[in-house]
Amino acid sequence: MLEFLSQPWPWYTSGLVIAFVMVLLLFFGKSFGVSANLRTICSACGAGKNVKFFDFNWRSQTWNLLFLVGAVIGGFIASEFLSNGEAVQISQATIQDLRAMGISAPEGIQPEEIFSLEAAFTLKGFLILLLGGFAIGFGARYAGGCTSGHAISGLSNLQLPSLIAVIGFFIGGLLTTWVLMPLIF
Amino acid sequence: MKGLKFIIAGILFGIVMSKSEAISWFRIQEMFRFQSFHMYGIIGTAVILGVIITYVIKKYKLRDFQGNPIVFTPKEMSVPRYLIGGTIFGLGWASTGACPGPMFVNIGYQYWAILIAVGGAIAGTYLYGAIKDRLPH
Repeated sequence: MLEFLSQPWPWYTSGLVIAFVMVLLLFFGKSFGVSANLRTICSACGAGKNVKFFDFNWRSQTWNLLFLVGAVIGGFIASEFLSNGEAVQISQATIQDLRAMGISAPEGIQPEEIFSLEAAFTLKGFLILLLGGFAIGFGARYAGGCTSGHAISGLSNLQLPSLIAVIGFFIGGLLTTWVLMPLIF
Repeated sequence: MKGLKFIIAGILFGIVMSKSEAISWFRIQEMFRFQSFHMYGIIGTAVILGVIITYVIKKYKLRDFQGNPIVFTPKEMSVPRYLIGGTIFGLGWASTGACPGPMFVNIGYQYWAILIAVGGAIAGTYLYGAIKDRLPH
């Protein structure tokens, strides 16, 4: 059983479980949206003293922070007990494209060239992660949600704003992939 | 403990995102290069099921486990807000290969470098809060 679970899971199990998590939160009286936690974290750190946007009762969002704690634990369980250490099985075309930019084929889940601690503390590696993260935080709040809030919860509710946001996600993602990355790498 | 169910939902999310490789930078690259169906399959299945479930909840006016009606608060309509905000988000999503959920799952997976991105995301959120009144919405 454990051996079976340790293989990569097919995409449909993932889609199924994500939908299940969304329903679970709805029946708990909440809604599925991860990036709201970033605002809560700012607020919990006292940002409400200087900026009105963070001046709210962040404790009412504790449930979502707990969800986040669970997500971290879930990642830990997957890496420690449910992983056979295999490399991500991405397509040959992607491997070739990335190799042309100097990023070697997967050996685990993440590329060494960005996620190894050595790479992360080069100026280039550090800035990719820091600025990338910065854009995620800024953009998610500007757009009022991220992949979970817009692409999953919002599209499920057939909301036009969420569709526009998802189109934006792709415009930005395609720009990074096809324009910025060839310049950086 | 009242909060335990949220932790369990998070654990389920963390495990499935890891095991379906949705937390992988490589998978996000593959998606934005249109070289595999994998990520589209994940998001597509979740959305199709989500649409059906949301429809059923509304149609039969289902209630949550405390007996309160389940309400969906629609987002206010605007184009610039979602398009510009979404595009900025996408720029970051493709470079770090992780959106906010997978960022935290990666911490659990012990890819410690992602903490730099988490720090960036918190700073980005703060800047948005500080200057939001000057941005087109």
